[in-house]
Amino acid sequence: MTVIEFKNVSKGFHRAVGQRLLRHYLEDLLGKSDPDSFHALRNVNFAINDGESVAIIGANGAGKSTLLSLVTRLAPPSSGEVIINGRVAALLELGAGFHPDLTGRENIRLNASLLGFSRKQAGDLYESIVDFSELHDFIDEPLRTYSNGMMLRLAFAVAVNLDPQILIIDEVLAVGDQQFQAKCMDKIYEIRNQGRTILCVSHALGILQTLCTRALWLDHGQLIMDGPVAEVLHAYEGRALHAPSE
Amino acid sequence: MWNGDYLFLLENLIVKDFKIRYRNMSLGVFWSLLNPLVLMGVLTFVFVKVMPNNNVPNFPIFVLCGLVPFNFFSIAWNNGTLSVANNAGLIKRIPVPREIVPIASVLSTTIHLAIQIALLLLFVVAFGRGVNWHWLWLPLMWVLEIVFVCGLVLATSALDVYLRDMRYIVESACTVLFWLVPIFYTLDIVPREYVTVYEFNPLAAMILGLRRILIDGVSPNGDAGLVYKLAFTSTVTFILGLSLYSRLKNKFFDYL
Repeated sequence: MTVIEFKNVSKGFHRAVGQRLLRHYLEDLLGKSDPDSFHALRNVNFAINDGESVAIIGANGAGKSTLLSLVTRLAPPSSGEVIINGRVAALLELGAGFHPDLTGRENIRLNASLLGFSRKQAGDLYESIVDFSELHDFIDEPLRTYSNGMMLRLAFAVAVNLDPQILIIDEVLAVGDQQFQAKCMDKIYEIRNQGRTILCVSHALGILQTLCTRALWLDHGQLIMDGPVAEVLHAYEGRALHAPSE
Repeated sequence: MWNGDYLFLLENLIVKDFKIRYRNMSLGVFWSLLNPLVLMGVLTFVFVKVMPNNNVPNFPIFVLCGLVPFNFFSIAWNNGTLSVANNAGLIKRIPVPREIVPIASVLSTTIHLAIQIALLLLFVVAFGRGVNWHWLWLPLMWVLEIVFVCGLVLATSALDVYLRDMRYIVESACTVLFWLVPIFYTLDIVPREYVTVYEFNPLAAMILGLRRILIDGVSPNGDAGLVYKLAFTSTVTFILGLSLYSRLKNKFFDYL
């Protein structure tokens, strides 16, 4: 079964987009600003089947994060079609819904509800989330007193316990100390071995090689290679050596 | 896409807003009472002592019937307008149903409203106006005002994403409305040709209805059918706000 399908997908951004004031609209009307747009993705086609684990590689600005925001449907494509079957759990940015003034316990509840847990699931999973994060002693302290590493532990613990059908990992493999990192990797392998689909963006090519079976290589918004992970990584590394400026 | 538990999410977002607002205030909910009490005192002083031009009995509760709905309206509308832009992190990174953000913002202000309603009812009883059967209209009327504000907030919070000046427009509109809504004057002194406009303004209808129930002890509807007009305008505003929001929400990612 196909869980993610991109049909001729392009995504453009206006350079000026972002915070806009009345002044900018008036300038548009008067023809002052130039409506110069750039393409973060250009005519991308691929299909991912249930249970595949796919790495997405490419230089900074190649369109990897844009691709993930389309998969999570946070952004609509400018043209083409994105088809998704199944519940997506994104680790796009860990702790996106966290608030520093709430305690760890309150943030777990809030984040769980944002990620789609029901009240009952959140209650049932609360203990295993706290256990996984190993933050029992700090759980009733406000999040602003946490170190960065502690916050990431908590966020990772919430996200991987959601039991997603499609797990998206965006450069968040470096969570906490080595021991905790190993624990996170074990959890990701466990999710993969349960037959879940995994999309993984990382510059840690060693991890990608063992975790994924297939790789997509994006370059300036275009999908330039799609194939078994070893081949794509080999080609990617070769290119990186020949063009060190990229 | 997002098939989670709407009520659970809504509850958590409301609790979050409320806790954040009050956890950093040493006097907590006392601040909810201070603003209407101070304004009630000032307006009573001005219109009873400085320029005693109209014979409104029980002026303090008369003016409080105007201040409580207005205070809620202006805080909920202003905060709600900012809610989408302020939650950009959440909207850009978690695929939650996006309507829930501005609605949760309005609903979290209702906790503050509830405290003010308690204050209002306390004053009404203290001024010797007893409880009557028409009080049963009150919950419905408050719900209609909340629906009205949700509609407005859905529209302005979405527009604020595309046009950051929206927040200043809303701020100014609130200042103007303070004068155009019968907070410190009665509908009797409004020229006849404008009376219908007042009655179709949900905020004015709310205030007029409250006074009929709490001060005059009569049904809020009267000849004008105030509650029906309130229901009509609130529902229409909500539907328009929601359809505008669902049209604009798709491109939030690009503009936030």
